[in-house]
Amino acid sequence: MDDVSLIKLASTPAHEETARIMQICNACRYCEGFCAVFPAMERRRLFDVGDTAQLANLCHHCGACYHACQYAPPHEFAVNVPLTLAERRAETWAEFAWPGPLSGLFERNGLALVMIITAALALAVGLMLAMISPQLFWGVHIGEGAFYVLMPHTVMAGIPMAITAFTIVAFIVGWRRYWRGTGARWGGWPAFADAMSATATMRNLGGDNSGDGAGCPGPDDRNSLARRHYHHATFYGFMLCFASTSTGTIYHYLLGREAPYGYLELPVVLGTVGGIMLCVGTAGLWREKRRMEPAVRPLAKLGMDYAFIWVLFWVSATGLVLLALRETSFMGLTLAIHLGLVYGFFLVLPYSKFVHGLYRFAALLADAGEARRSAM
Amino acid sequence: MYTSNDNGYPERWDVLVIGAGNAGLCAAITAAEAGCSVLVLEAAPRDMRGGNTRHTRNLRAMHEEPTDVLTDAYSFEEYFEDLMRVTRGVTNKELAGLTLEKSAELTSWLGERGVRFQPALSGTLNLGRTNAFFLGGGRALLNSLCRHAEGLGVALHYDTEVADILIDDGFCEGVRLAGGETVPAKKVITTAGGFEANLDWLAEGWGEAAKNFLVRGTPWNTGTVLKSLLDQGVKPVGALDQCHAVAIDARAPKYDGGIASRIDGVPFGIVLNRDAERFYDEGEDFWPKRYAIWGRLVAGQPDQIGYAILDSVGVSRFMPSVFTPIRDDSIEGLADQLGLDPAEARAAVDRFNAACPEGPIDQSVLDGKATSGLSPEKTNWAAPIAVPPYYGFPLRPGITFTYMGVEVNESAQILMADGKPSANLYAAGEIMAGNVLGQGYLAGIGMTIGAVFGRIAGADAARSLNR
Repeated sequence: MDDVSLIKLASTPAHEETARIMQICNACRYCEGFCAVFPAMERRRLFDVGDTAQLANLCHHCGACYHACQYAPPHEFAVNVPLTLAERRAETWAEFAWPGPLSGLFERNGLALVMIITAALALAVGLMLAMISPQLFWGVHIGEGAFYVLMPHTVMAGIPMAITAFTIVAFIVGWRRYWRGTGARWGGWPAFADAMSATATMRNLGGDNSGDGAGCPGPDDRNSLARRHYHHATFYGFMLCFASTSTGTIYHYLLGREAPYGYLELPVVLGTVGGIMLCVGTAGLWREKRRMEPAVRPLAKLGMDYAFIWVLFWVSATGLVLLALRETSFMGLTLAIHLGLVYGFFLVLPYSKFVHGLYRFAALLADAGEARRSAM
Repeated sequence: MYTSNDNGYPERWDVLVIGAGNAGLCAAITAAEAGCSVLVLEAAPRDMRGGNTRHTRNLRAMHEEPTDVLTDAYSFEEYFEDLMRVTRGVTNKELAGLTLEKSAELTSWLGERGVRFQPALSGTLNLGRTNAFFLGGGRALLNSLCRHAEGLGVALHYDTEVADILIDDGFCEGVRLAGGETVPAKKVITTAGGFEANLDWLAEGWGEAAKNFLVRGTPWNTGTVLKSLLDQGVKPVGALDQCHAVAIDARAPKYDGGIASRIDGVPFGIVLNRDAERFYDEGEDFWPKRYAIWGRLVAGQPDQIGYAILDSVGVSRFMPSVFTPIRDDSIEGLADQLGLDPAEARAAVDRFNAACPEGPIDQSVLDGKATSGLSPEKTNWAAPIAVPPYYGFPLRPGITFTYMGVEVNESAQILMADGKPSANLYAAGEIMAGNVLGQGYLAGIGMTIGAVFGRIAGADAARSLNR
């Protein structure tokens, strides 16, 4: 994975501000116990555009360093690490985005997401209403293949597969641009394991790199691990839903059994648990985000966060509603709404907050390699 | 505002604490836990609360075996020897012994009250054996202690400066605020810090040179409370012109520059004064053992300014600094940018380079690579300043804290002129640290003295109120 052909990222005001602040932090270093950002900073003396991109994507935005900072405003050094890194981070996502012209979607991302997803929803509901006879659409369908009375499986699964293929290309290109833009290097499988563990435990979200976190400071700098827990619910809930879809695919193609499956069958159990976790997780993240110290919230980028959390919540919630109503005459409508949201969600994936997972993992992987090399 | 019934406040507070730093919060928490009503008055606004605690990072604690936050062991005897060495015996041995003994409880006591420490990481921090590091530094400690104190019902008032301590025949009635209001209290614990931010007072000991000092710590340590006490015949400790001062970047803020303003490059270059002359052995010893004398050295130079000059090899040998060094491809150009006479600076560098020994230096040891024929010589790490670009840092004395304070006894009670303790007036923290640290410096002991005597004061105040 070593890449010699580096990309020079653009210098921006947020980069300049990150570099200015990191020079102050590097002469202080009181925060080195908090998270991976500060040890990574200590391995550097100069902060080029690639360095600030790496540090920005390494930051989990817990806010602990702001509350602890002796140089935070009103001090004349005006150090605000979480805010500055958040602003830098968001602009690197636009810079890594593929295809380039679509990176504009990261500007006013909240609005763009809502518009695209609303359009996808309207299209799905509209098309199904237009193409399916009312008797069928409002009918009660029970038993194997009930969903596919309304929409052939090839169409229902084909649309997201096509979108996913595009998304995968976008992610691969984005990853490569990240790797080349930050000068990251493959650190070997032990470093990969470190990055996986940091991802699985979210040990950097909560202000203490020893793992048993102090928590993110909420209002009145009271610490809480709530954000980490809600993120776990969201992340693992998402993974369970992914597993649900995968097992559903296996049932369909290998076992020759068509959805809907029984309430106690694997795809439904995984999806139900995952869906509930996603609803709880996203609702919790929404609440925690609103409770964050105002000084560290990047106002211009909040729309992106809220829109993504909101969409993820409704994708999950409509899935659960569909489960509840699938044997009633509302199945058609809830299926249309759920599919519209799912397709819209997949469509905006590479231009949404979802990419934080991709680049956060890239940053953690690069950082784990760096840390292991410097320890040798 | 402070005594009426309608806000739930008492007619007369059990314990009034002046200053919301480490010492004040330890005192307030201890008294509140014993059941006292406690009011803390803090001169700074909330964002800048806590005096110099904001700028601290660790405390020095005795321990017989490794703990979760300290490696190895640091015995009473070793700690005591360290203290005797740095103070050259200028200490109250009884109080010093008490401080060291009580230091053993601090990390767990603070930990139980929400303060988090960095895990003990042997080898990474060279102070990991003797000093426990606050996770996130002193401000994070303040946040935790303030939160804990508020949870106990302690009233914390910011932007509230105390102008006077009201003492009548050794008995304290309360305090008068800068706004004129008086606040009566049964016990008063003053933890209001030193007077390092009061340049006029410093000038009484240092002359006009004090005007060019930078204050590394809080601008609220103006010594108002200390002056009030001394004016009323409280027994002083420590000398007026004693202060801890290091050489810091002259571009640092006048106040509150903190840790980041320090310059670690002196041993790897030369330091010139305003007249482009060297004035002290830059390589006398390892920097951690010498940086504390350079504030005084620079203070003794004309206009209280110095200039560290390094080449591109030297500049890479120490921790990055908060201000980008001034840089030029020639010594003359650098001197011009710094405001030195280019020809004089060139001559000084040439003289130094010609006196340097052959061969590479080794910064990990006192390598004995000394100049010959200079006055003063540089006795270690003398390497020519010869590889451009060249770098310069302007240096000013940066004052960290003052030593003069009030004398206390083992109960943290302030002693009056006749040597008798006041019945209800206590002191903790920097305002009385001179009792233990009469001169010199031992990293992290200031926080230890503050926490130990804060707890003693809070406990004694509560005990004498039968709480």
